[in-house]
Amino acid sequence: MNLNRYKEALFKPLIDENPITLQILGICSALAVTNNLTVTLVMCVALTSVCSFSNLFISLIRNHIPSSIRIIVQMTIIASLVIVVDELLKAYDYETSKKLSVFVGLIITNCIVMGRAEAFAMKEKPLLSFFDGLGNGLGYSVILIGVATIRELFGAGTLMGYEILPLVSNGGWYMANNLLLLPPSSFIIIGLFIWAIRSYKPSQVEEDDFALSKHRTSEDLTKRELNV
Amino acid sequence: MNDSIVKTLGVAFAICLICSFVVSSTAVSLRDMQNENKANDKRMKILQAAGIFDASKDIKEQFETLEPKYIDFNSGKLLTGSSLEEFLSEHKGDYDQIAATRDSNYSKSLSTSEDIAIIKNRENVGKFYLLRNEDNSINKVILPVRGYGLWGTLFGYISIENDFNTVAGLEFYEHKETPGLGAEVDNPKWKALWPGKQLYRDDEVVLEVIKGKVPEDDANLAYKVDGLSGATITSRGVSNMIKYWFSDSGYANLFSELDYES
Repeated sequence: MNLNRYKEALFKPLIDENPITLQILGICSALAVTNNLTVTLVMCVALTSVCSFSNLFISLIRNHIPSSIRIIVQMTIIASLVIVVDELLKAYDYETSKKLSVFVGLIITNCIVMGRAEAFAMKEKPLLSFFDGLGNGLGYSVILIGVATIRELFGAGTLMGYEILPLVSNGGWYMANNLLLLPPSSFIIIGLFIWAIRSYKPSQVEEDDFALSKHRTSEDLTKRELNV
Repeated sequence: MNDSIVKTLGVAFAICLICSFVVSSTAVSLRDMQNENKANDKRMKILQAAGIFDASKDIKEQFETLEPKYIDFNSGKLLTGSSLEEFLSEHKGDYDQIAATRDSNYSKSLSTSEDIAIIKNRENVGKFYLLRNEDNSINKVILPVRGYGLWGTLFGYISIENDFNTVAGLEFYEHKETPGLGAEVDNPKWKALWPGKQLYRDDEVVLEVIKGKVPEDDANLAYKVDGLSGATITSRGVSNMIKYWFSDSGYANLFSELDYES
């Protein structure tokens, strides 16, 4: 048992290999469920548990999955876990489950879960895969909680429903920024996060696919190129 | 030999079996709690329609303050006296009028011309609620309504002031409309347009959801509600719902009786 590998699987996805900011996966739910911190937290717990347990179960049977049907097997396991989570939410947190509506079901199609199952759990041991799923879920959560905090605080002046910045409409001094309550604002906030993380860790900056070639004058060109 | 046909089929079968077992056992074991949550949610919507919901208090306790009443839709009259006792003993005080629509003994199939709200089967008995003032006079009536929108039936409650004409609130507890478009029937801003609207003009149901915004200088302002943009069919469904339930086949005949009682 190599402790370092577990540590790496758990902590690397937080910043270094964050599924949202580095791999740009799982953006759909990051846009949709981040206008309220409570809802976001429930979504994060749901995704993290689905991601880690699907990794665990898929890794447990990885040596028996026929390669021709491996994607459908992974999907079946992920979908079952998502339904279980959805049912649990409906039983224990009905209010939030109503607010999340289709987005819990849509965890099935979340690229992070599927991506970790295919890229990691199919090759690695169960416990390590579990930690990898947990780490990626937490990486997703870190970004979502960040986005939700900014959106709810400056969009509605509250955090988890508690008033932090008293709104003008309630007799306070803060003029709410309604743009932040709309999904496009999370695009902007996630973009800013990516910018900040990549400035801090320049190794994450992608190379240009098609770099512009340097401008050259006839003096720079060799004689052969000029056909002289 | 993972890729042999036998193994492939075997794995697929085993996975399906295990997963369906897990999913179905979760669903069955949690059903009671989910139903309780749903029932509480419905109670909350009724209280909200009546405008007396207080989030800090227990929902069930608040709900007790409302007085359940029953209407016989075939006659349009209140169920009272012996027929009420008979009805209550038959259902043991636990009447579900939506379930009743699925049983031909307790419901009537509507003809196309009658069925403007597309509810298909109309239960024989409807359960509604009265909110009383301290002097026992009627404050509000909270009535169940439903009608077909775009994807499915919208189920809700509408509360009426004691003039039996002015809307006091509208809430939907179940619908399948498109999020962002038809599902805006849940938008508090849209629901806030309803209180104060008038149902009847010269004994005819005229309140409707129009297309677009009601001009502020409209002479019939009180009979019109702004349409939901991008949800014409849902808006029309809500209009038809109002039209059906407040016609003579719905609650219209009930009001004179209630008026007399109060």
